[in-house]
Amino acid sequence: MTQINRLQGGQINRDRPLKFMFDGKFYQGFEGDTLASALLANNVRLMGRSFKYHRPRGPLTAGSEEPNAIVELRGGARREPNTRATTAELYDGLVAHSQNRWPSLAFDAMAINDRFSNFLTAGFYYKTFMWPKAFWEKLYEPIIRRAAGLGALSGREDPDVYDKGFRHCDLLIIGAGPAGLMAALTAGRAGADVILADEDFRMGGRLNAETFEISGQSGADWAASAVAELSSLPNVRLMPRTTIIGAFDHGIYGAVERISDHLHMPDADKPRQILWRITTRQTILCAGATERPIAFDNNDRPGVMLASALRTYANRFAATPAKRIAIFTNNDDGHRTARDLQACGVQIAAVVDTRPDAALSTDYQVLRGAQVIDTKGRLGLTFAEVKLADGSERTLECGALGVSGGWNPNVHLTCHQRGRPAWQDDIAAFVPGGILPMGMRVAGAATGALSTHQALVTGKEAARKALGLKGRAPKVADAEDMPVNMTPFWYVKGTTRGWLDQQNDVTVKDVKLSHQEGFRSVEHLKRYTTLGMATDQGKTSNMGGLAIMAELAGKSIPETGTTIFRPPYTPVPIGTFGGRMRGTEFHPTRLTPSHNWAKEQGAVFVEVGNWLRAQWFPRPGETHWRQSVDREVRQTRASVGVCDCTTLGKIDVQGTDAARFLNFVYANGMAKLPVGKTRYGLMLREDGIVMDDGTAARLEEDHFVVTTTTANAGKVYQHMEFVRQCLMPDADVQLISTTEAWAQYAVAGPNSRKLLEKIVDADHDISNDAFPFMACANITVCGGLRARLFRISFSGELAFEIAVPSRYGDSLMRKLMQQGEEFGVTPYGTEALGVMRIEKGHAAGNELNGTTTALNLGLGRMVSTAKDTIGAALSRRPGLNEADALKLVGLKPLDPETKITAGGHLMRADGPVDAAHDQGYVTSAAFSPAMNSMIGLALLKQGDERLGETLRLVSPLTDLTISVEVVSAHFVDPKGERLRA
Amino acid sequence: MHDLTAITALGGAEARVDRHGGVTLAENSDLALSSVAARLGQEETCAENLTRLLGAAPPAPGKALLSDPLSAVWMGPDQWMIGADYQAHETLAQTCKDVLKSSASVTEQSDAWVCFDLSGAGIQMVMELLCNIDHRRMEPGDATRTSIHHLGCFVVCGEPDAFVRILGPRASAGSLHHALLTAMHSAL
Repeated sequence: MTQINRLQGGQINRDRPLKFMFDGKFYQGFEGDTLASALLANNVRLMGRSFKYHRPRGPLTAGSEEPNAIVELRGGARREPNTRATTAELYDGLVAHSQNRWPSLAFDAMAINDRFSNFLTAGFYYKTFMWPKAFWEKLYEPIIRRAAGLGALSGREDPDVYDKGFRHCDLLIIGAGPAGLMAALTAGRAGADVILADEDFRMGGRLNAETFEISGQSGADWAASAVAELSSLPNVRLMPRTTIIGAFDHGIYGAVERISDHLHMPDADKPRQILWRITTRQTILCAGATERPIAFDNNDRPGVMLASALRTYANRFAATPAKRIAIFTNNDDGHRTARDLQACGVQIAAVVDTRPDAALSTDYQVLRGAQVIDTKGRLGLTFAEVKLADGSERTLECGALGVSGGWNPNVHLTCHQRGRPAWQDDIAAFVPGGILPMGMRVAGAATGALSTHQALVTGKEAARKALGLKGRAPKVADAEDMPVNMTPFWYVKGTTRGWLDQQNDVTVKDVKLSHQEGFRSVEHLKRYTTLGMATDQGKTSNMGGLAIMAELAGKSIPETGTTIFRPPYTPVPIGTFGGRMRGTEFHPTRLTPSHNWAKEQGAVFVEVGNWLRAQWFPRPGETHWRQSVDREVRQTRASVGVCDCTTLGKIDVQGTDAARFLNFVYANGMAKLPVGKTRYGLMLREDGIVMDDGTAARLEEDHFVVTTTTANAGKVYQHMEFVRQCLMPDADVQLISTTEAWAQYAVAGPNSRKLLEKIVDADHDISNDAFPFMACANITVCGGLRARLFRISFSGELAFEIAVPSRYGDSLMRKLMQQGEEFGVTPYGTEALGVMRIEKGHAAGNELNGTTTALNLGLGRMVSTAKDTIGAALSRRPGLNEADALKLVGLKPLDPETKITAGGHLMRADGPVDAAHDQGYVTSAAFSPAMNSMIGLALLKQGDERLGETLRLVSPLTDLTISVEVVSAHFVDPKGERLRA
Repeated sequence: MHDLTAITALGGAEARVDRHGGVTLAENSDLALSSVAARLGQEETCAENLTRLLGAAPPAPGKALLSDPLSAVWMGPDQWMIGADYQAHETLAQTCKDVLKSSASVTEQSDAWVCFDLSGAGIQMVMELLCNIDHRRMEPGDATRTSIHHLGCFVVCGEPDAFVRILGPRASAGSLHHALLTAMHSAL
């Protein structure tokens, strides 16, 4: 199809024809077109269907405020629904589809909804689908969602990437129309660090859409020369294709830069979009104004457009929706459209002006005091019905109707910090008012100054004030300065199906219904009718709805007020908010120094916090994880095993008051811990609940190394830093994390000493006498490398933890494996670690679950009464010390073949099974190679007095009921002889 | 001499170097680090001792001392990170202790961090995708703590738009490297 609606002129590059496809048909446009302008040039007005009634729709606007021409861009996994054809920059090979129609745009079966519009008014869903309740989720909602909706996601992973970034400047100028360009020139020439952002791909704003001149140049040429000058200034950064989406705290603005949306596909490694956070000292908002429509019956037909949009299409894109056009206006601006279109060779059917005293024209017919009351045309406008001043009616033949109801300044960003706009009578619109976001000034049409001259003047002045420029200001260029001459006119009286919110199908009648049913506050009006809740957020509809509600309520529009403006200004793809944080890079990963070695062994990893820890190390022939874990446990208990425990938190505590500090932080005594000794410690929260456990090793008089659990490392460090700075500011204590500085390995089992003797340098005696249980020391290994050795045991075996600088961790692990061959050494993972600690009855994360006290864990005596310590006082409150308090016990199934499930609850052997008779719950469970059955740890009421009792373990979730015997939590070596060996 | 072999934070035998768009991203495994925190009431003595050790006053907040053989970065009130060439100063912490004695707590930090040096024209464009620092205004010797890819890092400016040093947590070297390299490919 040829471009039969293409006009002369425009800012398109006719040397660069572009081929594109819409709904399966190929068309041609030019570089510089949007999808909408190219379609209009090809005589395509029908671009979508409405949300609820599936009425045919074409573009209403030529910008980001567009409610109707919403399409799916691109195909396959790159399909992006709900994008505006009016801002989609045309590129060669662009593919777009209309949405929310079936089977086709021209024939949409769901348009049947329109016939039932009386049933589908505002509030219909709320009232109708109330009963039966169960039907909502399964029946009503799916049907409604299928019938009403916008575009569909591809359902596939987005192959493109998105970035996030940060920029800083002295002055952020939002919008590159005449005010923004003037402000940028003023600030740029003064040497300020400026960012000028504009959502359009061509900077210039309305200057590109109008025909008037600035200093003898066309507006577009003036804008181009201003942009050229700004580009040459090193202190000015131009950000076209960038929408400032929100004004946030402390001078921070969100911005979405569309890097690749105008390309067939992004260049390699380049993002599709970037979400910028721009921190600025000062801001000038030059967001311009949006023309508003007038509501009348069937004002939503394709071809009914904002008058200013017709000018934009004609002047900038050299495109027109039709060759014969009528105008419906309440102000002089409508006449400007008529003149411009006529100059482009478009025939003007008439200008219908609501004002009885409107100026007449010798070039076209003006129907004074008249109103458009209805339209006709199946898939697009063919006739407009006009009621003349004398009450008679007349039909105008036209393919498009330009509607101009005045202009609304784009105040949105001025209100993102909860500011409220003020009413300005002469333009019958809200303008920025109240308290603006920090450092923000407003210039140009966004202030309600609607002439080009005013835009230039206010832009310049705002920049001078923002930068504190003194002295005589240079004169701005000559430009049109037409006064606003308009009479407010919101809707044609008697209208029922006159559309206000075209995307959400909200009509004048719906607003009246909302009022009738008592939903009269603007916020209620919005929720009841969905006015302004579509992807365009009511940029062209809210004011009409407010005006009608105000009239019905007998209030003024400012008394009626506006809804709250919230970011984002225009829709932002979720991917843009996600940035690079997706898939395996969703969060950073922490790897232990022996990670590569473990990978070589085929280790199966598990995420613990951000750490990747080896769970177990499968050997050839092992087909089930239990086989690997049982082997690792047996081998460790029989000889020796090595486990990477680098992930445990390590905090260096130094200072002359280090011991006093730890004595306060830990519930048990630390002050008298001798140098060269390690002690198990319990840390309580202020409320007396256990926070974490770990060890404190005293390497020197004023130097401790504290270990924490892997999961709580950060939290404990934070807690200790809080205590240091806020609770003990007079203490000489210095803290620093050394978790990642040291690679640390648990070497456990009866042969662990023999293995370590081959590693530890000979001048360090690690015999039981010289280096007994709970000893610690700075040592050297492998011929002189500094290391640390701790004789501590989590497994219950004779065990050590050895630490070397992280860079040597991989090498030490290989050495331990090599030197341990003669003992049949095995690496073991977190599963075997867990099994052995359950067998030993050591509490871990499952037991330190944020609800348990030292008393519950059988560690009540560790809470010293001889000193003040965090949490000790509240640990003694009555509620935590009831006679039937939970106590940690072991569980053994009566039938060794049965399974114990963590999370299962304990009930008496006979009696009811319900929450009221709950006796406690299982915290940890594992198969114990030592016991040759499953075992568990549980918190049981008065558990310490119930050893030998038989209970029922029930788990309704896993349909489990078994009999268990209450036993000591220490299944292996209850006397602790092995670890002291 | 011990017989263990060191690996870099990224897990290699040699430090990794990546180049793209005129910018070089180099893992620097030859950096010895030691933290120094003044003891309570010893702040002045500590600063004096540090001045003797560094040959210049320890850096003020937001600053680094770019000098050889020892450099320093301000980390917090009366706290600094001292840096030096690892080969020549593997026992840097001990060196610091010997000079600072009881005026400060000293902790070896060499292997707690991964160090990446980013050099070449265009690094500002890379940095603005990574962290909320006004890198265009950083001058040589400016240093700050920031978050990159959710990781707490130190950023030290060596030369504007030519050299920046990034210290991040060693265990997350792979994630940090990925973030830096991705930003390079995206920005350049």
